[in-house]
Amino acid sequence: MSDQGEYRPLTYFQLMEVSLRELLVEKGIVTDAQVDAEVEDMRRRGPERGAKVVARAWTDGAFKKRLLENGTRACEELGLEVPALKLVVVENTPGVHNVIVCTLCSCYPRMLLGLPPDWYKSRNYRSRMVREPRAVLAEFGLRIPDGVKIRVHDSTADMRYFVLPMRPAGTEGWSEERLATLVGRDSMIGVAVPKGPSD
Amino acid sequence: MIERGHHDMGGLPAGKVDRAGHDYEQWERRIDALAVLLWGLKGTRQIITVDEHRKNVEALPPGAYDSMSYYERWVASTVQCLIQRGVITTEELARKMIEVGSREQG
Amino acid sequence: MSKAKYKVGERVRVMKAYPLGHVRTPYYIRGCVGEVERVCGAFPNPEELAQMRDGLPARPLYRVRFLQKDVWPDYRGSPGDVVEVEIFQHWLDPA
Repeated sequence: MSDQGEYRPLTYFQLMEVSLRELLVEKGIVTDAQVDAEVEDMRRRGPERGAKVVARAWTDGAFKKRLLENGTRACEELGLEVPALKLVVVENTPGVHNVIVCTLCSCYPRMLLGLPPDWYKSRNYRSRMVREPRAVLAEFGLRIPDGVKIRVHDSTADMRYFVLPMRPAGTEGWSEERLATLVGRDSMIGVAVPKGPSD
Repeated sequence: MIERGHHDMGGLPAGKVDRAGHDYEQWERRIDALAVLLWGLKGTRQIITVDEHRKNVEALPPGAYDSMSYYERWVASTVQCLIQRGVITTEELARKMIEVGSREQG
Repeated sequence: MSKAKYKVGERVRVMKAYPLGHVRTPYYIRGCVGEVERVCGAFPNPEELAQMRDGLPARPLYRVRFLQKDVWPDYRGSPGDVVEVEIFQHWLDPA
């Protein structure tokens, strides 16, 4: 039975998903409990994890330096694991704006941001972001002045990317928790910037 | 043209990015979870690699790649990986799909 | 594990080849010249991992930075705009 409120017959691929999982459980390859636990684990991982990293970097200069040198190790300091893959943190500055894409598939820093949004995995984003970043960013409502350089990062291999956005003005003295509320998922991908204190 | 993989789309002309998303359905979360477990990323034994997964997604015919949803591609690819590795057979899958299908209708 | 051949700042050219198989060097960057932004370390070859082989010995992986105007003949952004791509050593030649 499908998971919606009213009964809908399984689609071909939904039928295959159920069948595959049942076969693998029967063969002792995985258990339903493991699958359920992983589903719950991913539900819990959202952009607030990445926002914590950003807020810490904004308030702790030594942490920020470590984060830019070795993203994986710095995240581990905060109890955030970025297993297997290596995290490269790229910093927005007044002269440079960073944005991330995976043209070949959908590589994304899931451990810090959760599951990627549909648009990140879409043909249009994957095709155009490497070629016309300014036009695509403008469609997202972000206009980058000509004097600011854009670095597009295409995740083609084992690195995963994370944008450290600039701290908004007018937030002096804010706590880490309060700063983290300004940092949305899209600002850590690079298609947006953090909210301002009065937004 | 075969020299450019259908998935290898960086730089191709395309339309405006549609920013609307959808809430992931439970079956989508389950195939995501299953794949991650099979790839050995969560301390589980690695059965297949994410590279095999990508290869099998890339091997989908262009029409299928475009018309299937993201997680439908994951289901298809995961199945192909496991058949290629001999973890499951086509016959086992066929019989199980019949069984699950008739349970659903029953 | 093979030793890294290229250093940060070195100019490299991406091989202009279009082989079949599972390839992680995007089509759009082949034949382009860029500079090594960092040496990422050594990793098993994904082209081989995809074929159920172990991809060993691990090979050096680089982040290579390309000026957008060198990649797209009609690029209309800032001349300083770049695209940075991870590329395995066997796809790179000195430029």
